Amino acid sequence: MSSAVLSIRNLSVALPSGGDRAHAVHNVSLEIAAGQTLCVVGESGSGKSVMATTVMGLLDKALRPDAGQVLLKGESLLDAAPARLRQLRGQAMGMVFQEPMTALNPVMSCGDQVDELLATHTDWPAAQRRAEILRVFERVKLPDPERMLRSFPHQLSGGQRQRIVIAMAVILKPALLICDEPTTALDVTTQKEILRLIADLQREQGSAVLFITHDMGVVAEIADQVLVMNQGQAVESGPRDEVLRRPREAYTRQLLGAVPGMTPPAPRPEPTSAALLSGQGVGKTYIARDWLGRARSTQALRDAAVVVRAGETVGIVGESGSGKSTFARCLIRLIDPTEGQVHWGVDEVATLPENRLRPLRDRVQVVFQDPNRSLNPRRTVGQSMVEGAMNFGASRAEAEALAAELMQQVRLPVEALQRYPSQFSGGQRQRLAIARALACKPQVLVADEAVSALDVSVQAQILKLLREAQDRLGLGLLFITHDLRVAAQLCDRVIVMHQGRIVEQGPTAALYARPQQDYTRRLFDAAPAALPPMEPLTA
Amino acid sequence: MKSVVRKLAAHSAIRFGASVLGLLIALAVLAPWLGTVDPSAMDSAHINTLAGTQGTFTLLDGTSLAHSFWMGTDNFGRDIYSRVLYGTRVSLVVGLLTAIVALLIGGLLGMLAGYFRTMDAVLMRVMDGLMAIPAILLAIALVAAMGAKLWTVIVAIAIPEIPRVTRLVRSLVLTLREEPFVEAAKALATPTPVILLRHILPNAMAPLIVQGTFIAASAVLTEAILSFLGLGLPADIPTWGNIMAEGRVQFSQYPGNVLFPALFLVPTVLAINLLGDGLRDVLDPKFAKRSA
Repeated sequence: MSSAVLSIRNLSVALPSGGDRAHAVHNVSLEIAAGQTLCVVGESGSGKSVMATTVMGLLDKALRPDAGQVLLKGESLLDAAPARLRQLRGQAMGMVFQEPMTALNPVMSCGDQVDELLATHTDWPAAQRRAEILRVFERVKLPDPERMLRSFPHQLSGGQRQRIVIAMAVILKPALLICDEPTTALDVTTQKEILRLIADLQREQGSAVLFITHDMGVVAEIADQVLVMNQGQAVESGPRDEVLRRPREAYTRQLLGAVPGMTPPAPRPEPTSAALLSGQGVGKTYIARDWLGRARSTQALRDAAVVVRAGETVGIVGESGSGKSTFARCLIRLIDPTEGQVHWGVDEVATLPENRLRPLRDRVQVVFQDPNRSLNPRRTVGQSMVEGAMNFGASRAEAEALAAELMQQVRLPVEALQRYPSQFSGGQRQRLAIARALACKPQVLVADEAVSALDVSVQAQILKLLREAQDRLGLGLLFITHDLRVAAQLCDRVIVMHQGRIVEQGPTAALYARPQQDYTRRLFDAAPAALPPMEPLTA
Repeated sequence: MKSVVRKLAAHSAIRFGASVLGLLIALAVLAPWLGTVDPSAMDSAHINTLAGTQGTFTLLDGTSLAHSFWMGTDNFGRDIYSRVLYGTRVSLVVGLLTAIVALLIGGLLGMLAGYFRTMDAVLMRVMDGLMAIPAILLAIALVAAMGAKLWTVIVAIAIPEIPRVTRLVRSLVLTLREEPFVEAAKALATPTPVILLRHILPNAMAPLIVQGTFIAASAVLTEAILSFLGLGLPADIPTWGNIMAEGRVQFSQYPGNVLFPALFLVPTVLAINLLGDGLRDVLDPKFAKRSA
């Protein structure tokens, strides 16, 4: 095992006192040999990113490693002087971050940024550096490398930006490549390409890859070895197939079990009731005017249609920029559609002014993606909870009684009504947001990426909660998501959107089994690999 | 709430600023009981008395009081110590009320401009126009037009500050109106005025309070400048600017007439600014020091 490129031995990283635990990382060991990929997988707060930044020497000042060793080809990184670490970063270890837009400097051209790295670490003349940058840009499959040299980060797509970051990470052929959730901010089709690129580069350069992710599908795709972390501790580690097929620890089994599969469950009987929410020919065009008053229009959404009936779940899936959120917002009249009709029950509301819309708003409620921002931080949960019911004429006492009842339904203590949103976790806040929406007694609930910001295990709980609410209240659910696996599990019908249009739609089982359109097929192909079936635990 | 108070108390700039301000407020409120005489009373027996002299002060009605002239008297025989302490009242009232007036009007206009697209263009162009006029000139013109009274001075100093507050509030509202909790409130059929007051305003309070302290500091200064130029409150009202303006002509012989009010003016502005800086550190997350 002395051939390991990176070895971490009994590493502990202390958190500042007063936190919920003493160590961000506690007594974790791992080794990665050249040409191997080790996936560190865990939910948020498991300490996986802290470990990656410890290796890079980029640890937040408030945290400090207090035990163990980090060895890069035998050299201790924890004792290395800052100057030596600077030298090693880029040369011996490269890092790919989650959000390429913030990893790149927005005021420097991409070429200059890579050139800066080369100028720091090599004594090559300018012409050679330029040639090398072009070669690497070509290698990471950036279109038109010459143009990329001069481009600024905001002029590129998310995938292209991540390719630039990867180019910077690998240009000096580092022995160790650290990838911290490199595809989490990207669309699935882009994710697929980036994962393949990282794997190819690794094979070529024979580097060791430390890959941090929360997504078991990604693990199944690229890992050689897997380390599962929870609460700063290593739960289980081993070869990929061993861990995915025969997990020994309960936590690993729970984590794997929470990952939704791509195979839809047996279809439910089709509802026959009248439509509660529907849109026909809905379109949204944004018009921007320049200083001369010349209009430039952008069609964010065109000719979209949907029908949601009582008790059914309709999914809208698509990548970022596909217009799915715009469509949802038009349907709930948070933005005004520029064309088409929207019906809430029998009432046509597409062009209704806000004061006439307000009395109808209890019919359609919404839950947003970001649980941290969907509750007013300056108001107690209770105050937020009674607002809707009181807007629709309930007295304070009635609204409070309803809030208390809803708290039970979302399995939170009634005392929590007195607290502020910041005192709750992300999953709990999402429960509160659902309870707040239900307090209006809506007929349709629109969930706009409502589980996308949550860990898989929390995600599973929220999905269960939504389904329970639907069964109990006969709610129509409109579920907007980029996650095909979640849509497969939850939705009766799925609408696929791309570039502002509906590409394809149909009953979930049929659509997933036989996608008709090229785009749909590409989208489904790009979804992370299915997990191998877990074998039952043998004692 | 408790933790905010504790954080505020732990900040050294806030502690210093608040204690100096507290002391000044105490001096202003307790002025009649701190060995002062009527600040407008003249005693012809004590013209240009040197600082630190002991003696008796004869009021206009003839009563004589034993008095310590801590800061001497001016060339009308008025006690500078008394005038400076009573001047503190004017300065603090002007600072506080200017900040309140500017925040109220600017806050209201900013919320309207930020939330209602139709008002935005018109309101903001008016504000741009106001901002193009130098603040002190605008204040002078307003006082000249409205006459020199306490409330006109306050309004005159507040008006040039309004565009800055409007811009700040407008930008905050533009960000906050896109927040999911505001959209959720809209979906819950909350009426627009309630959304503005209940969901947007409380989340914009921290930067507003910070801006308010800076307005207060600059108002204290501007009031002194206006008085010094003879354009502020009438000369019979003791303000720091008036005292300095009257002392200016004999500055070389009796520098105390200018220096003593200045010794109050400088720490007042400094204390308010320090308080503002500290509040910004604690309340405004954009400037918050990292505390992991």
